Amino acid sequence: MSETPKFKVTIDNITIEVPAGTTILNAARMIGGDVTPPAMCYYSKLKESGGKCRTCLVEVSKGSEKDPRPMPKLVASCRTTVMDGMEVKNITSERVVDARKGVVEMLLINHPLDCPVCDQAGECDLQDLSYEHGSEGTRYEFDRRTFEKEDIGPYIQLHMTRCILCYRCVNTAKELTNRREHGILERGDHSEISTLLGKALDNEFIGNVIDVCPVGALTDKTFRFKNRVWFTKPMDAHRDCPTCSGKVRLWMRGDEVYRVTARKDQWNEVEEWICNECRFEKKETKDWVIEGPSKVSRTSVISQGHYVNTEKPHILIDKVIGKQPKLLMDIHAISEVNRPEIKLSEIEGPAHSDDFKDDVIK
Amino acid sequence: MALKLLLEHDKVEGIRYYDAYRKHGGYRSVEKAFKMTPDEIVEEVKKSGLRGRGGAGFPTGMKWSFLAKPEGVPRHLVCNADESEPGTFKDRYLMEFIPHLLIEGLIVSSFALGSNMTYIYIRGEYAWIVDILEQAIAEARNNGWLGKNILGTGFDCEIYVQRGAGAYICGEETALIESLEGKRGNPRIKPPFPAVQGLWMRPTVVNNVETLAAVVPIINMGGEEYAKIGVGRSTGTKLMSACGNINNPGVYEIDMTISVEEFIFSDEYCGGIPKGKRLKACIPGGSSVPILPANLLLKTAKGETRYMNYESLSDGGFATGSMMGSGGFEVLDEDQCVVRHTMSLARFYNHESCGQCSPCREGTGWMYKILKNIEYGKGKMSDIDLLWDIQRKIEGNTICPLGDAAAWPVAAAIRHFRDEFEWHVLNPDESQTRNYGLAHYADPVHVPAGA
Repeated sequence: MSETPKFKVTIDNITIEVPAGTTILNAARMIGGDVTPPAMCYYSKLKESGGKCRTCLVEVSKGSEKDPRPMPKLVASCRTTVMDGMEVKNITSERVVDARKGVVEMLLINHPLDCPVCDQAGECDLQDLSYEHGSEGTRYEFDRRTFEKEDIGPYIQLHMTRCILCYRCVNTAKELTNRREHGILERGDHSEISTLLGKALDNEFIGNVIDVCPVGALTDKTFRFKNRVWFTKPMDAHRDCPTCSGKVRLWMRGDEVYRVTARKDQWNEVEEWICNECRFEKKETKDWVIEGPSKVSRTSVISQGHYVNTEKPHILIDKVIGKQPKLLMDIHAISEVNRPEIKLSEIEGPAHSDDFKDDVIK
Repeated sequence: MALKLLLEHDKVEGIRYYDAYRKHGGYRSVEKAFKMTPDEIVEEVKKSGLRGRGGAGFPTGMKWSFLAKPEGVPRHLVCNADESEPGTFKDRYLMEFIPHLLIEGLIVSSFALGSNMTYIYIRGEYAWIVDILEQAIAEARNNGWLGKNILGTGFDCEIYVQRGAGAYICGEETALIESLEGKRGNPRIKPPFPAVQGLWMRPTVVNNVETLAAVVPIINMGGEEYAKIGVGRSTGTKLMSACGNINNPGVYEIDMTISVEEFIFSDEYCGGIPKGKRLKACIPGGSSVPILPANLLLKTAKGETRYMNYESLSDGGFATGSMMGSGGFEVLDEDQCVVRHTMSLARFYNHESCGQCSPCREGTGWMYKILKNIEYGKGKMSDIDLLWDIQRKIEGNTICPLGDAAAWPVAAAIRHFRDEFEWHVLNPDESQTRNYGLAHYADPVHVPAGA
């Protein structure tokens, strides 16, 4: 078998070599950091996902080495494969930034903005997306679409009001189960996820739809409103499970296991699917072999200021714009706390007032 | 009397049935086509310059030549009879009165493309036409034009009629294919294009009813002869379904050399506007193409006469032009309200959006709600700019062209009729009792010197 050819692709002035057949989004993920387009419907573990939410739109300013014409429309980076010599603009393109702002606004017009009472808050993809790309106010002046809460099966609650119709859960059920029992009913802005005639979802892997849901539309009934996610500590753990790999993440407070989920990678995607028994039934510490604290992004609210095992964000802005960014103001000029001799970036974990004490500096 | 190719015999008694159709030269093109090779037929269609009659106007010969032909994989031809655009009803006329013309075109096209199983996907509301088509197919089969080893050539072909369930989106070719496979009619993300992976992941060509019917005269008279009809890249004849405020609504066959003015006012076609009213606006190609005010409809921005063909109607781009589209010609007289008209279109697109991608799903509903406010005297001045911004964020950012189709009518209405929208906002009470009227929409356009 011959080796897959490598294609050179430039995303926001950063060039990377990727195997042929890689999508623009995955190439950008290999670079990481700011140049990665956000994705609300694409899920790398699900074959048919992607292309729907339109948040990952990018501008292709040069099609390829052979055919350098730019693509006239913005393309969904999750479903467009790279060509050799392709040049892509993501955050450097005004068109993309503008279109993405529009998409975020459209996603939010029918989404209730009641994060304080939503169980997903703190680990919600839409929250992150609107924080990064949305505008501060809404121009929508009409009633939002609302639905009654619905129990689909003994463990899962569906609240369609929060759903952004990304189809991830539909694709999950399609790929993990023999017979998909839920899907999209109706059409357009009145379409909804549902089962036929309120049927329950009972498949031993169906709990994974909770993990893939980017918003709080599908929630774990065994955890709902028991605790806020940022008060719990994620711990990697495993057990001998006859059905699945048994590698999970426990969300604990003290010695109590509040919730079990699959382990997620840095793109908030499940690494390995877990079964319902691991997820819903095993809520005792003695059921699990605890490996240690999970890695959590330093910017995540889950770390909540006192969590140790954090990862630093990947910052690339100097490479994207080709020079060091010019600061709008020097923080040391106006703040006495942040003394110039203390390099904030060198402090492990979040800064603490102890770090600024005179004896520490000496 | 203008030249007629498709509707030549539409008034002949019994043309719906095989005997009368055959007597008037029916199925000659099949006999002729079977003496040619499939590639020669594709070449003939290419020479004819035939452009897709479904709306986009893509050259049919080119589309056919893109069809992938892997060994051992069946190919399919699908006829798109899901004619659901408001204002377009030309295919209905064709299928209802001369069904054999479509069957004949389908047999020739199937032979050219190597499709042994050909489908007609028809919209569910055309329930009675399904019976007509199935009867025509049965007649054709009884007379040896369909089935195994047609006319001893060794070519097998079957035509199946499949009813849709009434969704506009299923007229989009990939949504149509999904629906034909028995799934939810959501457009697919392209690539792969249907020419490579279409119906059941096999190479597929999807063509409009009128396009496939036009293959019959092309084979009969030869591609080069066909290309002489019409003007420029708009070759052949086009069916127009005229409706709205005109004296003679109906389906007309035009050869694309007549002017828009002649089409509206001549007795041979629309026959002018009833009760001596004046022309205010017109949508020349089905509800999704931009609306034009009277002055820009009859003359282009350069002051030239506008003709009924692909190039002339789109002269000036979207700033001052429109599109040929699917040929749904809607005329609005001075008593019509553009705001209300735009609102009803927005309601249609809101209802018909499949809900797959976010800008179209949420944006169409938002536009409809704002237009409803303006129409019922609850609008604000800022709503007009907001509408413009919403349509801009939908257009081009969606999977399929329904997003564009929803955005264009709103954009064009604001572009050309902004003062009517403003009048609605400024006179909320008066706008409930009377319409804005013709205003200046028929005034001659100022042509800058040197244009």
